[in-house]
Amino acid sequence: MAPMKLYGATLSWNVTRCVAALEEAGADYEIVPINFGTGEHKSPEHLARNPFGQVPALQDGDLVIFESRAICKYACRKNKPELLKEGDLKEAAIVDVWVEVEAHQYTSALSPILFEVLIKPMLGGTCDQKVVDENLEKLKKVLEVYEARLSKSKYLAGDYISLADLNHASVTLCLFATPYASVFDAYPHVKAWWSGLMARPSVQKVAALMKPSA
Amino acid sequence: MTAGSSSSSKPVKLYGWAVSPFVARALLSLEEAGVDYEHVPMNPDAGDHRRPEHLAMNPFGQVPVLEDGDLTLFESRAIARHVLRKHKPELLGVGELERSAAVDVWLEVEAHQFHPPTLAIVRECIAAPLRGRARDQVVVDENVGKLRAVLEVYEARLGSHRYLAGDNVSIADLNHFTLMHYFMSTEYGPALVGPLPRVKAWWEELAARPAARKVAAFMPLDFGADKKEK
Repeated sequence: MAPMKLYGATLSWNVTRCVAALEEAGADYEIVPINFGTGEHKSPEHLARNPFGQVPALQDGDLVIFESRAICKYACRKNKPELLKEGDLKEAAIVDVWVEVEAHQYTSALSPILFEVLIKPMLGGTCDQKVVDENLEKLKKVLEVYEARLSKSKYLAGDYISLADLNHASVTLCLFATPYASVFDAYPHVKAWWSGLMARPSVQKVAALMKPSA
Repeated sequence: MTAGSSSSSKPVKLYGWAVSPFVARALLSLEEAGVDYEHVPMNPDAGDHRRPEHLAMNPFGQVPVLEDGDLTLFESRAIARHVLRKHKPELLGVGELERSAAVDVWLEVEAHQFHPPTLAIVRECIAAPLRGRARDQVVVDENVGKLRAVLEVYEARLGSHRYLAGDNVSIADLNHFTLMHYFMSTEYGPALVGPLPRVKAWWEELAARPAARKVAAFMPLDFGADKKEK
């Protein structure tokens, strides 16, 4: 059985979100780089995988899917379904809630910060501090909620780790590559949760992939 | 009416103002599922969503919230997933690895490709004037451009598949209905969708579903501006 292919650059936190899930699920996969510099993401070959011309995309045999969180769910459902708790209606629903929270509360506040601080300079632009500051305030409000939640349970969906926790790994690793990581300092339960995640081999694999090359 | 003041014994309660496309998305899933539920209206102008009773259910202070027995859920897409997983699992592709993957892909596409530009257009064209604010045409034009490109992908997809996730309707199609309902009432709806025959047919079929027709009645196109309470 050929390994699954994850298409994309490890610079992208959407691509490395999938790496965390694929690693945790113990999936057999390989990363196939897509070169944005040469416009490979808009090539007919890649558009056939992802019609929006974005990364990541995943190929598993005849199946080709895209959107990082859909890929993460597929990897878990196939290789480690307990990360989704789909056998239990109640637990699956709570996992779903916190998977949505990662996307629409946490990452929606964090990714504009990451874009301004990490990506724009690479594209020859300058960081818009106003955008950073506005989104830091949003992020703090989200972290207040997380602090309350994580003081009641070890992980976001309950006392078991789930895809909801793992989906935070790539963007949070990126946060720690900016000067704003100290935003976590005011939230001890969030810090402890993050330390626990960082110790996992799956998250360490993502961290290693994200180290910038010389 | 304040949240949580209902004395109904129904185990399934959906909290929020139905004019919200997020609340209405959850209502649609309940209608599609044929669940016996109670809709508990809330008043955003009275700050119902910021009261402690509501924050105890949704710590982000948003709507909708679903109570299903002893389960309390928030985030409209998580609510819709739960309701349909419980009552109409075929709409999620439960038990089918490939179908469930396709459903998940197009659920994400709705959330991350379709929703942001469409919401921006609806905000500028419908919500802003109702609040006495002028439409920001620059924002509209930018998002119309983005949405046009997204809908072209949909047109191609619906050329090779009857519905977004395959041969059968799924939650991925349904999750588009409520925001699209508002979008299609702006001049940009027919302008963008008109030239795309498959998207147009897909939309018309979606809107003709009995559950969609019922929920559309909860979403007047003026957001119920002439009513004090929703």
